[in-house]
Amino acid sequence: MKPFAYLKPADVDEAVLAVAADPGARFLGGGTNLVDLMREGIERPATVVDLTALPLDEVHDLPGGGLRVGALVRNSALAADRRVAARYPMLAQAILAGASAQLRNMATVGGNLLQRTRCPYFYDRESACNKREPGAGCDAIGGFNRSHAVLGGSGSCIATHPSDMCVALAALDAVVEVRSVRGVRRIPIAEFHLPPGDTPHVETALAADELITAVELPPVPVAVRSRYRKVRDRASYAFALVSVAAALEVRDGVVTDVRLALGGVATTPWRAREAERLLLGGPANEEAYRRAAEAELAPAAVRPGNAFKTGLVRATVAATLRDLDLGEEIG
Amino acid sequence: MRVNGAEEKLDVEPWVSLADLLRDRLGLTGVKKGCDQGACGACTVLADGTRINSCLALAVQYDGKEITTIEGVAPHPLQEAFVRHDGLQCGYCTPGQICSAIGMLAEHAASGADPAALDEAEIRERMSGNLCRCGAYNGIVDAIKDVTR
Repeated sequence: MKPFAYLKPADVDEAVLAVAADPGARFLGGGTNLVDLMREGIERPATVVDLTALPLDEVHDLPGGGLRVGALVRNSALAADRRVAARYPMLAQAILAGASAQLRNMATVGGNLLQRTRCPYFYDRESACNKREPGAGCDAIGGFNRSHAVLGGSGSCIATHPSDMCVALAALDAVVEVRSVRGVRRIPIAEFHLPPGDTPHVETALAADELITAVELPPVPVAVRSRYRKVRDRASYAFALVSVAAALEVRDGVVTDVRLALGGVATTPWRAREAERLLLGGPANEEAYRRAAEAELAPAAVRPGNAFKTGLVRATVAATLRDLDLGEEIG
Repeated sequence: MRVNGAEEKLDVEPWVSLADLLRDRLGLTGVKKGCDQGACGACTVLADGTRINSCLALAVQYDGKEITTIEGVAPHPLQEAFVRHDGLQCGYCTPGQICSAIGMLAEHAASGADPAALDEAEIRERMSGNLCRCGAYNGIVDAIKDVTR
């Protein structure tokens, strides 16, 4: 690992100032992604600003039933929070579907938002990767792309966003609060992660000196009945091939409220707004679920390695919504 | 930091991992470096009682913490149970498996659940961060189940 200077500020102002003064500085949370990337030589910060002493590790109630989650809350702590399990089951399930218990004990909420792709060509420094080295080309597009995105890609990059947690956050319309020397900014989750376009190395709307301080979850009544379903190559401890975060309310056989987001298939956590639009007010049945998934996939660009994902999306969306509507009938 | 109950004052470069510090500076070679990228769990230790992958932990981040390695838990009923149930072949992953299982049982207890309710599927899910390339999983699950009964 390339040597670096190390700072451990005690408060947010000090952390923000340290990075504002040093363009080569990076914030460090639990280290589960950044330390790995530094060891591989993909990230090479001159200074590491360790955030783990900052007082941002609590979950607070918001008026109206929302939650404010400090950026340094560990993934395991958020999943174990009884308010999360009661109000946003899809979020607790998504977190527990990701990584391993050891990693969830280390990883922070802010760090999870900034996870970088697990595209093998991004990790392999011998391969061409526009995300790692702008302008170098993309070996994934014509290469082994089984794990890659069918939605949101570009001619520059088809790397999948790896987070499970962020898929649930997308479905829940979370808001990311960030701080810099210029003040506080609130970024809706839908605008936080950026599609690759011509600049796949620019992954989020964060400026280099902005620190994530909290994630706010608005009240989402329908999320009380929600699920996260993840399909992967082994039963646990693997990244998603396809995942679905869904919340559903059905009255008299008609969908009266729905949230749907997809993971493992897109370059960003993917809110399935077209599918939601089609489902709302329509019948709560298998055919409607599959048709909605199909509509969401209309802009999909598949390649030989990942063409199987479209069928898997249809089946997983339908299975997840069916679980939720069956639960409704049982009461 | 405190390591296995003893106060240790160490001067360490910020890029040294906790796994390397424990192994190379303190001679605690029960901490295994399998993949060095958080994929295998062989380096699992307890930090203030919580299981973590010490290979992805910068040692400086754990300043002031209480670290426990396999050397610090012995003798432990899980060790005897692993022997009794053949929860190993080569043994390389075993220190990480046992530290992980200790952390897992503490997490399960903290949730208020009855340890006797831990079934095979839940043990496998909760222990999925520890790989065993010999494939001794059946024995590992049986050993963990044994200490909860």
